[in-house]
Amino acid sequence: MLDSETNSATIADPKVVCRDVSVSYSGKQALFDIDLDIGSHQVTSLIGPSGCGKSTFLRCMNRMNDVIDGCVVTGSISVDGVEILDDEIDAVQLRRRVGMVFQKPNPFPKSIYDNIAYGPRIHGLVRGKDELDEVVQTSLERAGLWEEVKDRLLQPGTGLSGGQQQRLCIARAIAVRPDVILMDEPCSALDPIATARVEELIDELKRSYSIVIVTHSMQQAARVSQRTAFFHLGIVVEVGETEQIFTNPRDERTQGYITGRYG
Amino acid sequence: MPNSDAHIVRSYSDELQNISALVAKMGGLAETILTDAMTALVKRDADLSTQAIQADKRVDNLDAEIEYQVVRMLALRQPMAVDLRSIISALKIAQSLERIADHAKNGAKRALVINQSPPMDATRGIVRLSDVAREMLRSVLDAYVNSDAEGAVKVRDRDEDLDVLYDGYFRECLTYMMEDNRNITAATHLLFIAKNIERIGDHCTNIAENVYYMQTGERLSTARPKGEDAMGLKAE
Repeated sequence: MLDSETNSATIADPKVVCRDVSVSYSGKQALFDIDLDIGSHQVTSLIGPSGCGKSTFLRCMNRMNDVIDGCVVTGSISVDGVEILDDEIDAVQLRRRVGMVFQKPNPFPKSIYDNIAYGPRIHGLVRGKDELDEVVQTSLERAGLWEEVKDRLLQPGTGLSGGQQQRLCIARAIAVRPDVILMDEPCSALDPIATARVEELIDELKRSYSIVIVTHSMQQAARVSQRTAFFHLGIVVEVGETEQIFTNPRDERTQGYITGRYG
Repeated sequence: MPNSDAHIVRSYSDELQNISALVAKMGGLAETILTDAMTALVKRDADLSTQAIQADKRVDNLDAEIEYQVVRMLALRQPMAVDLRSIISALKIAQSLERIADHAKNGAKRALVINQSPPMDATRGIVRLSDVAREMLRSVLDAYVNSDAEGAVKVRDRDEDLDVLYDGYFRECLTYMMEDNRNITAATHLLFIAKNIERIGDHCTNIAENVYYMQTGERLSTARPKGEDAMGLKAE
């Protein structure tokens, strides 16, 4: 679907390869033949106006659309060469490998410790209390939250500030050692300082994971990502290096959107 | 204006247009200073020289105003894509125009000195140079206002003509000096004026490159054909 002259939908050494991905909700098509690669150890941002299909596309990558009645996903999405749209694939196992962080922090109504421990426990990733303690500490450290919560691990996660809750959710996502982390507007409910902390964390996490972030903030996409895809009316209009997209977009529609013009 | 279609936030479009208008105004003033300085030289008009010298202050003020507006927009609007390119280009073009006006002002100052000496034929020769430089300046400002990348390329290509004229004029001045050593003071000043005009051509070239970048997002390649160099300064 993409014009190869102006787009680089495919990249060398992709982590996730999406081809001809179409999605419809009760017969109404929301995504049309999306081709897009997600690179390893980098951040890919998906931008576009509300209703353009970027969140729908994000949710395809860990089959979150499965839970929506009447939602049909076609095409091919492979993670490390394994087709994930296959019926044989266990969605729960898939979601361990492809984690997700949502717009609104949604810690479990449990202790900080249990929020992190839950995933490793149910997936059987740890043996014994010591190992679990270690996973909890490492995950909180990697999420930059350890110093702030180490003395109150047994207090409820919901008692933390919004920014801390979001980092707790990120810690929870990485506790199960995923390959890919999907983030759906992870900072839209956070203040600038908490946003900066999460962005710093994203920068740090990209060394270990492939990250895909949906954001409405152009500046955030520009700050955190290496590649940017612009979605509009269910198609990928343009995808390329973030720097190119924001300084010299090739498509008029991309330009209109990122500069805030009528389009 | 560089961008005709409007922003959803109207005040943003207004601010972009305001910066373009300031640059265009600055360019018009720089052009007037150059014209007045050359007329003052040829017509031996001291009042016009003084007028050109004083007008340079207005150019400096516009330069400061543009810089202020650019910094303000970068901070408050966080411009992207063509907006970012046109704001950065405005800043760079304003700097070039400030230099152009300075060079022209310097010509006006030297005209005051030259006109203390008897009239010289060499004075007329400089008009050929300044006509080309002024034409370049006018065309590049048109290209800026009309967002005309192709027009900008044409301006850049004219710089070579100016370089050739300058080399010829350099030889001409040397001849006048050798003919009669009483010409040396005036001819030296004329040479400096010619050099200033040649520099104005270079600044017009820079502006043309900025207009091209603003419009296309691509850099013009820096390699330009160069002619023979009268002073033997050319690198082998």
